[in-house]
Amino acid sequence: MKAAPWVERLGYAILVVAGLVAPFVVYPVFAMNVLCFALFASAFNLLLGYTGLLSFGHAAYLGAAGYVTGYACKAWGWPPLFGIALGTLVATALGYIIGSLAIRRSGIYFAMITMSFAQLIFFLAVQFPWTGGEDGLQGVPRGTLFGLVDLSRNLPLYYFVYAVFLFGFAVIHRTIHSPFGHVLRSIRENEARALSLGYDVARYKLLAFVLSAALSGLAGATKSLVFQLASLTDVHWHMSGQVVLMTLLGGMGTVLGPSVGALLVVALQNELASLGSWVPVITGAIFVVCVLAFRRGIVGEVQALVKRSF
Amino acid sequence: MRTLALLLCIAASAAAAEKESKISDGVVKIGVLTDMSGYYSDIAGSGSVTAAKMAVEDFGGKMLGKPIEIISADHQNKADIASNTARKWFDEEKVDAIADLVSSSTAGAVMPVAAEKKRITLLSGPATTAFTGEKCTAYNVHYTYDNWALANGTGREVVRQGGDSWFFVTADYIFGKSLEEDTSKVVKAAGGKVLGAARHPSPGTTDFSSFLLQAQASGAKIIGLANAGLDTVSCIKQAKEFNITPKQSLAGLLVFISDVHALGLDVAKGMYLTTAFYWDLNDETRKWSKRFFERQGKMPTMVQAGVYSEIRHYLEAIKAAGTDDADAVMAKMKATPVNDFFAKNGRIGPDGLHRHEMYLAQVKSPEESKHPWDYYKILKTIPAAEAFPTVEQQNCPLVKK
Repeated sequence: MKAAPWVERLGYAILVVAGLVAPFVVYPVFAMNVLCFALFASAFNLLLGYTGLLSFGHAAYLGAAGYVTGYACKAWGWPPLFGIALGTLVATALGYIIGSLAIRRSGIYFAMITMSFAQLIFFLAVQFPWTGGEDGLQGVPRGTLFGLVDLSRNLPLYYFVYAVFLFGFAVIHRTIHSPFGHVLRSIRENEARALSLGYDVARYKLLAFVLSAALSGLAGATKSLVFQLASLTDVHWHMSGQVVLMTLLGGMGTVLGPSVGALLVVALQNELASLGSWVPVITGAIFVVCVLAFRRGIVGEVQALVKRSF
Repeated sequence: MRTLALLLCIAASAAAAEKESKISDGVVKIGVLTDMSGYYSDIAGSGSVTAAKMAVEDFGGKMLGKPIEIISADHQNKADIASNTARKWFDEEKVDAIADLVSSSTAGAVMPVAAEKKRITLLSGPATTAFTGEKCTAYNVHYTYDNWALANGTGREVVRQGGDSWFFVTADYIFGKSLEEDTSKVVKAAGGKVLGAARHPSPGTTDFSSFLLQAQASGAKIIGLANAGLDTVSCIKQAKEFNITPKQSLAGLLVFISDVHALGLDVAKGMYLTTAFYWDLNDETRKWSKRFFERQGKMPTMVQAGVYSEIRHYLEAIKAAGTDDADAVMAKMKATPVNDFFAKNGRIGPDGLHRHEMYLAQVKSPEESKHPWDYYKILKTIPAAEAFPTVEQQNCPLVKK
């Protein structure tokens, strides 16, 4: 049923090596963009794919962390690592506050609550003087890592972002395969039964929510350093929708699916950039095809195919 | 003194001509980064690309024996897309300069990237005054207009024409607030009164009735619209529907000829505005604009005319410098006055701001309009020294005091 451990390990090893050589094959900033979104989508998947909670406000954590990191690095001159840590911390705190209120409801109400809180964050980002409103927070310095490695060059920054991504991905992988992850899946499958088995469902949900928010924050904080910019795009509800798209395209509830989805969506945006507003139309069409033809997403379908064939 | 300068100029250009051509990567590549599909696609968009292509064609298409190329992309008014595209252009496509950058958020995102990589930004579309102030970079030219010029042009002149009590309808975010603030200062300095302001959420407001009724109730002679694009257009339309105009006059602080064209003269008539360019100013502007019209089907906005002029000036600076090295070209651009259909004796200051004449205009009524696109009455030519802030006022950190 499940691939042998050595096959899985070999697969991961190949992917890790692919990540190492990527900046020599493709444009490094593009690769970094993919990594940030892959982490974001994976974090989102932890909630949607493994806990069965559809949050429609994940842009809030991505964006808020981006703003905080950007501000800390720019206005206070913090080194990038501390900036990212602070951004992630703020996203975690936000996740705790919003999560503890939102998990009291489920289904569409849960989605609406998370979305309205995200809109609140969006409003704050527009109104606060320090966020720069519609101009965003521009010219965030990339700084130096440990005072040694100059991150203003693309290649060193890529490996830094790659390390952050691997760390985040490892946390998610570990979470999914831990007993905690199994409880999350049982909540997804049948919440009432999980409750009757004696699990404190609310606490599990909250923890999953906070973890997902924190890792989304990590992605957003890193992204603001890559682009030297924190902008309203990252807190806009479009972003919350986009991460749903990435996750569903790649395969909800699969470990690698969201990353594949992120790669696909970011690559499409990149390649089709010259078409301008046609990008959402095309990604939307792909989404429709995906939902109609292969509901498990790309990775989900491949897994199902492998399962059927062997 | 002037003869000496002239001699030096001749000597310098002779020396430059002797230098072998130094064009990096064998091509002069200019990227037009603009809004091709959103709010600002009418004022910039494909018209900016057309203007850029015209500038290259008029220049002969070749620079010191090397080709000149124009590429373009849609930044969708998103700062992240703009900075991402600019990075890619600089790193991979060997773009030497980026032009237009309509909407301040995209320009603000691209400028630091360009400065870091020593490439030139030629801003035509954005408005933020700080681009040549606290946010100034050594590789930037802000060419067409800025908030300061709009606030001053419209604010001061309207007060002088008797519109001495103002009420603002302001887009409730930083651009709107700063425009309101700038204009209020100007109005007060000119002896006018500011009676109040109503701030509307933006973007997304479609019903301006409550804001406009507040403006009506204030009894102010002038209603200043400190917003842009769709917001301004909706405000103007609804002000007409509420019969606010013509009793009170509207002053659009950021209005383009394409907005007036969309509104129609019957709705927009009587409105004051400040512009850097109007197609029907003189024979030169008419000649160029008609050529533009043949290709684009619309008369050029000031942003599009600015794109042509700034690229022309940039290309001439490369020719004079004999290299496309950004430092040398910037020095040349700043040393040479701009003289074409767009600007007479325009000067690019050490802060990167292009100071040139601006025009205070009033939108004609349908009866006054004699032919298509005959929209503006030019009330006054504002000399460059009055139209733009001085270098000292701008406080650009690059300029040593």
